Amino acid sequence: MLFKFLKSSDVKTCEITPEKTYMNRRIFMQDSARIGAGAASLAAFGGGLIGASPAMAAGRKLENITRSGRYDTDERQTSYKAVTSYNNFYEFGTGKEDPARYAHRLNVRPWTVKVDGHVDHPGDYDLDDLIRPHALEERIYRMRCVEAWSMVIPWVGIPLSDMIKRLSPTSKAKYIRFETLVDKKQMPGQKRRVIDWPYAEGLRMDEAMNPLTLMAVGLYGETLPNQNGAPLRLVVPWKYGFKGIKSIVRISFVSRKPNTSWQGLAAHEYGFYANVNPAVDHPRWTQANERRIGEFRRRDTLMFNGYGDEVAHMYAGMNLKKYY
Amino acid sequence: MRIFLHILAISPALWLMWQGGLLYDFQDNMLTANPIKYIHHYTGEWAIRFLLLGLAITPLRQIIKWPNIIKYRRMIGLYAFFYVVLHLLNFVVLDYYFDWATILKEIIKRPAITFGMAAAVLLLPLALTSTKGWIRRLGKKWRRLHRVIYVIAPLAVIHNFMMVKADLFVPFIHLTILILLLGYRLAPKLGFSYTRG
Repeated sequence: MLFKFLKSSDVKTCEITPEKTYMNRRIFMQDSARIGAGAASLAAFGGGLIGASPAMAAGRKLENITRSGRYDTDERQTSYKAVTSYNNFYEFGTGKEDPARYAHRLNVRPWTVKVDGHVDHPGDYDLDDLIRPHALEERIYRMRCVEAWSMVIPWVGIPLSDMIKRLSPTSKAKYIRFETLVDKKQMPGQKRRVIDWPYAEGLRMDEAMNPLTLMAVGLYGETLPNQNGAPLRLVVPWKYGFKGIKSIVRISFVSRKPNTSWQGLAAHEYGFYANVNPAVDHPRWTQANERRIGEFRRRDTLMFNGYGDEVAHMYAGMNLKKYY
Repeated sequence: MRIFLHILAISPALWLMWQGGLLYDFQDNMLTANPIKYIHHYTGEWAIRFLLLGLAITPLRQIIKWPNIIKYRRMIGLYAFFYVVLHLLNFVVLDYYFDWATILKEIIKRPAITFGMAAAVLLLPLALTSTKGWIRRLGKKWRRLHRVIYVIAPLAVIHNFMMVKADLFVPFIHLTILILLLGYRLAPKLGFSYTRG
């Protein structure tokens, strides 16, 4: 049913696409060409103003993207350059600019994702086989990093729920676990054991099935730049950014709550749920406010990053101070 | 020599101003997409480097037999203070924009910030009493007062350790240098003699 609905809206979407894509290209080009003083507004402060890097050469343009707009924010989108040059992706180094500098070493084609656990259709899937049966959607989400900065990013991907339905987990599957590639040659940051590689993340099954949860393959209408987690990453907009595991090579359906990398590193600071919550501080800094990249003053952080209507019901009755 | 050292010591700040100017003019710069955080790390990093460099003077003059190097210690200490001031200005003005309520709460609530602030506050009297007049006026007390640096430097390094999210590589380097420098001073007191090699 859902599939049909998306198909029927295809025609409308195609009419919109060229203009939107054009706008996106324009934003991108503005960013990459050194912006003249007059051209950018003050909101571009620090936005797209960073030196170019090889990995930033934009990806392939994605075709047939549907845009329902249903979950989109209309806030100003963070510049392409900021989104692709200010990243936490420790597999390429712990500096914010390391991923953009080194991620070109990652070879994203061909890309195989292992699906295992309590599921009817386990196996090694080529990325295309996982994605192509579904319609690509654009989702303009807020992204709130646990470090108290945030961005607005136009992702392209498929709802994780669509993928899960097709893989058909059994009733034993209560959680879903994701794993990132381990390869010191392609990911130089893994030469040091900053994290107990592979990076691992997980969601409760209802969180994974939530319509907001996205398996992203692109941003700004193009395939993901490597530093943003190409070719396949998770986007969970009501959770802190570190839940959005990048360059996924394994998806496991499991019955018990999986351990996550950040829990392994500092369980008292980074919980399994990691829902954005201004009332629960990180032990070392406040989570009550955040700096939107490109803005000067801090702004208040919203409960569930502003997605309470869609997700709050999943945590009804839970003590969110305990399950942070 | 002195002018050369001044140029060397001030150049990180000049670089920062240059990059800030580029940013203000919407041009390409090195301050990343989150310049305030970058400035914070950058100024804190240089403050610690100068603190450790100041502590290295005494061992250096003994090891490389260059006693005159002591002439530059005050200058190095004052540059440490200078970068601490930039660090604090960034914290108060750019990061929290004079939101004193939040700033105070953060200082009290977060041990990492408490330690950092304590180090900064303790450094202030040392900077103020660094003039010839104060050295004369305080006499023997001056030496005792300036031993507070042995508290300040560890506080700063601990602060650095606690603020880092995951990658402790740089704080470890700072800690190693600090331990070597303090150990050099402690060793004779524990009966170890440098002269016998």
